[in-house]
Amino acid sequence: MNSDAILFYAIAALTSVCAVAVVVSQNIVRAAAWLLFALAGTAGIFFLLNADFLGATQLLVYVGGTLVLVVFGVMLTAQGPFINMRIGAAEWAIATTVGLLLYAVLAVSLVQINMGKAEPGEMANSENIGLSLLGVKEATPVADVTGVPSGDTMSDKPIYRNRMSYLLPFEIVSVHLLVVLIGAAYLARAKRRRGGSL
Amino acid sequence: MSDVGLTHYLLLGAVLFVCGAVCMATKRNAIGILMGVELVLNGASINFVAFAHFNRAFEMEGQVFALFVIVLAAAEAAVALAIVLNFYNNHATVDVDTAEELKG
Repeated sequence: MNSDAILFYAIAALTSVCAVAVVVSQNIVRAAAWLLFALAGTAGIFFLLNADFLGATQLLVYVGGTLVLVVFGVMLTAQGPFINMRIGAAEWAIATTVGLLLYAVLAVSLVQINMGKAEPGEMANSENIGLSLLGVKEATPVADVTGVPSGDTMSDKPIYRNRMSYLLPFEIVSVHLLVVLIGAAYLARAKRRRGGSL
Repeated sequence: MSDVGLTHYLLLGAVLFVCGAVCMATKRNAIGILMGVELVLNGASINFVAFAHFNRAFEMEGQVFALFVIVLAAAEAAVALAIVLNFYNNHATVDVDTAEELKG
């Protein structure tokens, strides 16, 4: 058992335990704290998968941004009876049964399916991700180009690595984020009395 | 079993997904439901990145899609919290069982 496996099992156990604790904790403030560790464990999994840019983004945006937003929501609405909201034992039993059944179906199908040979390849680094988000195609060929690239699919050596351009989704997402934030600020603004002085 | 493969990561993603789904189903607090949605999205992005790591053809796509998932989750959380705060201002509760004006 090498160090990667030990790290994976440690982080996976941390993430799973925290995710289960989010579900079972009745106190909404504690659930937010457990969610913090679950999201941080997910970032650790990303680092373990060599996706360092994604792990950093997860820590910055999710743990630093989204979770702070959720905690603010908890603080603004957590009053006496809403901190502890209990459900009945029968509902717990049904939810646990359905959850375990769903996980059993997923786990059996995942273990039994043949994924083919799964060799860990090198991940695209942040430079490649940034270039693809900016829509830069591969400027220089990876391999030697002999003549015009033909449709010869039999050649084992790829002449051009086909890199997708994600410029349009990137722009759509950024405009979407702007619209959503303006809309959220409009929805959550302080209401003024109708017909009042202001 | 000591070699960590694609299946292990997918099983971890399934754990997060199931926890999020059960959380969405059982919580009565609207913000608790939002936490369940976050867990589901995290499970999905673990799957994306695991496939990107173990399949060379998706080394870019998996990461870019997980990036979009993170950004869209942030937007979704902002709107959902705005709606929850509005609901709290109007009804003085965050119990989703009381949101029944639209019930036929």
